[in-house]
Amino acid sequence: MAREKYRFNTPAGRVFDVFNVALLVALGLLAMLPFIYVTAGSFATESELATRSFFLWPETFSLRAYESILTSPAFLRAMITTIAVTAVGTVVQLLLTASMAYPLSKGNLPGRRLMLSLIVFTMVFSGGMIPTFLMVKDLGLLNTYWALILPAAINPFSLIIIKNFFQQLPAELEESAKIDGANELQTLWSVILPLSKPVLATFALFYAVGIWNDFMSPLLYLNDNSMWTLQMFLRQVTVATDLSIIEADPSQLPPAQGVKFAVIVVATLPILLFYPFLQKHFAKGMLIGSVKG
Amino acid sequence: MVVLDRSVAATEALVVPPRKRRAGVRVHFTQFKWLYLLLVPGIIYFALFRYGPMGGAIIAFKDYVPFLGIADSPWVGFAHFEDFFASPDFPRLLANTLILALLSLVIAFPLTIVVALLLNELRLNILKRSVQTLIYIPHFLSWTVVASLTYLLFALDAGPLFHAINGLLGTDINFLTDPAWFRPIIVLQDIWKNTGWGTIIFLAALASVDQEQYEAAIIDGAGRFQRVWHITLPSIMPTVVVMLVLQMGQVLNTGFEQIYLMTNSLNRQVADVFDTYVYFMGITQGSYSYSTAVGLFKAVVGVILIFGANWLARRFNQTGIF
Repeated sequence: MAREKYRFNTPAGRVFDVFNVALLVALGLLAMLPFIYVTAGSFATESELATRSFFLWPETFSLRAYESILTSPAFLRAMITTIAVTAVGTVVQLLLTASMAYPLSKGNLPGRRLMLSLIVFTMVFSGGMIPTFLMVKDLGLLNTYWALILPAAINPFSLIIIKNFFQQLPAELEESAKIDGANELQTLWSVILPLSKPVLATFALFYAVGIWNDFMSPLLYLNDNSMWTLQMFLRQVTVATDLSIIEADPSQLPPAQGVKFAVIVVATLPILLFYPFLQKHFAKGMLIGSVKG
Repeated sequence: MVVLDRSVAATEALVVPPRKRRAGVRVHFTQFKWLYLLLVPGIIYFALFRYGPMGGAIIAFKDYVPFLGIADSPWVGFAHFEDFFASPDFPRLLANTLILALLSLVIAFPLTIVVALLLNELRLNILKRSVQTLIYIPHFLSWTVVASLTYLLFALDAGPLFHAINGLLGTDINFLTDPAWFRPIIVLQDIWKNTGWGTIIFLAALASVDQEQYEAAIIDGAGRFQRVWHITLPSIMPTVVVMLVLQMGQVLNTGFEQIYLMTNSLNRQVADVFDTYVYFMGITQGSYSYSTAVGLFKAVVGVILIFGANWLARRFNQTGIF
């Protein structure tokens, strides 16, 4: 039905269609090409990486690169740390955001308007990197994993969208809970949050991707490289080409090139595994934001 | 609480009978106590991590000495700002930042619209969705991954793009350290990571174009290109203008992570932007007050730009001059 604009196609239009399909398919593949190359390279031998500059399929399969990173205590530590910080951080950030969004969704709460403007103001102005750093330092959070979670705990943008969602839930639900003798705390926990699962899932993903991909916070707040997260580890291996970070067994030196490829693949894999959810929820979130923000 | 009650009662005595009002406030606090309790963690968060640093930015006007603390460090007025504006770093940072923003505006922004238009012309929905799925993926990768991919692809004497581009130009350039190649690589990363994702907003605008206009145009004998030119493009123009103006409000916000990861000792001259400069001066060299002054300058100009851009966007949106 909505296909009207395609009717009455001229021959030139048909040529364009063929060209357009080819171009967009090429674009789609181009988006994936670097990653396919890196995946192929991660399974190749050192000699193949040294002699062939580009390939999408290795001639001889080798698992040496994966062996050396997956037996590296430093890499495994970074991996486990990142998973744990992401998991704990997402829960903490989501809980803080939702518990602040709920009272703000009550139109009759005194002081609500003032608080909302103060929150919106932080979306356009901040004290900056150094004062935030000094605050984290003064709170004694330097070189703790809380420094990766707390400074970005409540995203004002997410807070306002969750607040808007709570606001449009039917008021009767809360009233019936109130008649049953529940206070607001119990209502939020047993009535509002279960109803908001899809929205909360969206923002859980927002926060999880944010923590997983975060590079600036560990760079600023973690000095001790035994505490490093995956992104810091990745940069050390690929950008700084410092393989000593792998802490490999000195008798078995890791394949210098292959390791770089493999680390990239492992750091990206979780994002790709979650990608179907990410695509669905993020696209929706972005459009909500553009309409209401 | 009593003091608060009195002052509220005093100021509103003319409007509301005092006794009634006072009782009202007390009832409010008991009625809303659970809600206020829920607010407490959030308020502490905003006080510590959002407004705390805004107060801490006062060290831009002081000579901050860590062991003296913020309060006891001596005042210096605008000395750090004067130093910054007088230093050769200021024009260099400004130029680097503006050039990157301009390149993004001139290259990446139109490209996003073109890709959205092309996607919109795809007839096969399954094909459209597949292409979308593929081009959205890079958006979710971290800048560390993007930088790592770049380092592998352009690696000296090894990377496929090192060989391809040098072969094409007949040169022997190390792209990762050559200052002339810093900006092209940043723009390339930007395009790869964000073009696909950026199409979402334009595709949404394209989906809401009134289909009857196309029918009318077909009856008038308009071809595909005429329809795109005379119907599709004008219909999404308001969205384009708003997005353009909003992006102009973000001109100073060159992403810290992307630039930091691609900066090295050989390309510093063109790579330094406000955010990375603050990091190098503040964290690496420990000039807390000076770097805070630089950050504060950027933040203040940023606020002015955002409000200016929003004002402009609203004007365009309401009058709909296009």
